[in-house]
Amino acid sequence: MDKYKLYEKIILYFSITIFLIFILLPFVEMFYASLRPLDHLFRSPYQFFSDDLSFWAYREMWNTVPMLPRYIFNSFFLASVTSLITLLFVIPAAYSYARFNFPFKNSSLYILLAINMFSGAVLLIPLYKVLRTFGLLNTYQAMIVPGVAFLIPTAIWLLKSYFEKIPVDLEEAAFVDGASRVQILRHIIAPLSTPGLVVVGIYAFIGAYAQQFLFAITFNQKKEYMPIPSGLYEFIGYTTVKWNEMMAASLVGIAPVLIVFLFLQKYIVEGLTSGAVKN
Amino acid sequence: MNKKLRSFNSPTFLAYALIAPAAIYILLIVAWPVLETIRLSFTNSSLAGEDYVGFENYEKMLSSKKFNKIVTRTFVWMFFSVSLKLIIGLIGAILLNANLRGRSMFRVLIMPPWVVPIAIGMLGWLWLYNGYFGIIAGVGMHTGILDGPFGFLAYKQSAFISTIVADVWVGTPMVTVFFLAAMQGVPRDLYEAAYCDGASRWDRFFKITLPQITPVIITMSILSAIWTFNSFEIIWILTEGGPRGATTTLIIDTYKQALGNYKFGRGAARAVVVMILLTLFAGFYLALLARINKKISHG
Repeated sequence: MDKYKLYEKIILYFSITIFLIFILLPFVEMFYASLRPLDHLFRSPYQFFSDDLSFWAYREMWNTVPMLPRYIFNSFFLASVTSLITLLFVIPAAYSYARFNFPFKNSSLYILLAINMFSGAVLLIPLYKVLRTFGLLNTYQAMIVPGVAFLIPTAIWLLKSYFEKIPVDLEEAAFVDGASRVQILRHIIAPLSTPGLVVVGIYAFIGAYAQQFLFAITFNQKKEYMPIPSGLYEFIGYTTVKWNEMMAASLVGIAPVLIVFLFLQKYIVEGLTSGAVKN
Repeated sequence: MNKKLRSFNSPTFLAYALIAPAAIYILLIVAWPVLETIRLSFTNSSLAGEDYVGFENYEKMLSSKKFNKIVTRTFVWMFFSVSLKLIIGLIGAILLNANLRGRSMFRVLIMPPWVVPIAIGMLGWLWLYNGYFGIIAGVGMHTGILDGPFGFLAYKQSAFISTIVADVWVGTPMVTVFFLAAMQGVPRDLYEAAYCDGASRWDRFFKITLPQITPVIITMSILSAIWTFNSFEIIWILTEGGPRGATTTLIIDTYKQALGNYKFGRGAARAVVVMILLTLFAGFYLALLARINKKISHG
């Protein structure tokens, strides 16, 4: 095939740079702001450069918002519990969709897809009333219960495609040899589907970590249970916003998801796109 | 084996039993609330209690000028946001599909907006849009485009555009990744044959790539229309629907009515409108998906 000419290469690299600037500018600016002293940030006229960059904000933020460690813990805790519960519901369902034929199989799969389209924001009113009736407002459950429901549909689709890749012959051979369904599940399905389970688990974790904000601001008013996305708003004070510390805390807050994603991005992207592209 | 045991072991029973927990969970947390929202929309429900009021909420809502403006605004906002996502996503996918050194790194570098919690990414945009200290206003002032500090979220028009840009930022990576995956799925021999026939790179893009990835383009445009329509956090964090309602979309209005004023009934009527529109989108999407699948399996 033809090679790129030099000027074509330059145009391509130049366009990629512009594209990446658009995508990464907020993060770069967040990081830069986190390194600058507050009075440098608030200089007028605007100044691009500060001479005394430091990681001071990363130390000071824990004093400004004493609950910060708790918020970070809450975020992790909520996302972990939400994704584990999601897996518990999704594993049997996905297995069933991958292996068996039954009435309403396809239509129910499509209904699952359709549920994905109803965001939590539309259903907040009845959810609020339900949680209030059961006394669950201002608890961890207030954020976990709705969180799981909105992760189940995609997780089923994802995991189903992993289960489908495991050859049926293996299971049938074991069945003929007298293995029970439980034994098959434990000794054949579970080990072979570990990579798939990890990817779906991570997808659920990232999703749960991301969706906390809406449920947190609507269903929870208690500081002890607040996740980091809503906790960050404490840097906005009555008189001034401590932007540098808020940006430092934000970056600390997104670091875990970014690291997890970087290590597993190849599998996640493959998993998410294979369904949509090849179907 | 007796009859009872056989029916217990029959796959249909087992299949349903395995799905039941997930299905019941979704029925409770998604399906039931949908029905409850419809019921509430015919009441004046608030924290104090509720009475049946018939179509009053709907009549008030549909006859108010404000609501009609909100619906129009929602679709204008959606139109610009979705088109930009698709165009930038397509260009991005073409760039990242080019056989260049460093492309696998570029592919990873475009992901962060997709992965990072929206609520945190928006704090970055709040800072960028700051009229005195944000870099956009800073560059504007230094180059003379702006003659003084300019708060991008403080004025009606600039706030409208700014929220669209932030929404495009959140949505573009995913569109790009899906387009890219589709481009990589196009059989290589198609390109090689065209190359041998002397087709230019341009020709190959418009005659091979574009037709081959059309199904994915259609799917993604409907999916991102749905997601954009549902977009709540981005506008809520940047402007809370302001200034003076300039960025209030249907979802924001629903939220404000229901959980800002605790007027559940009025909020529910708006939520029902949202659900009807979503159902139309979803139906359209599923019908199209079924057609595309049929075409692929037959052709």
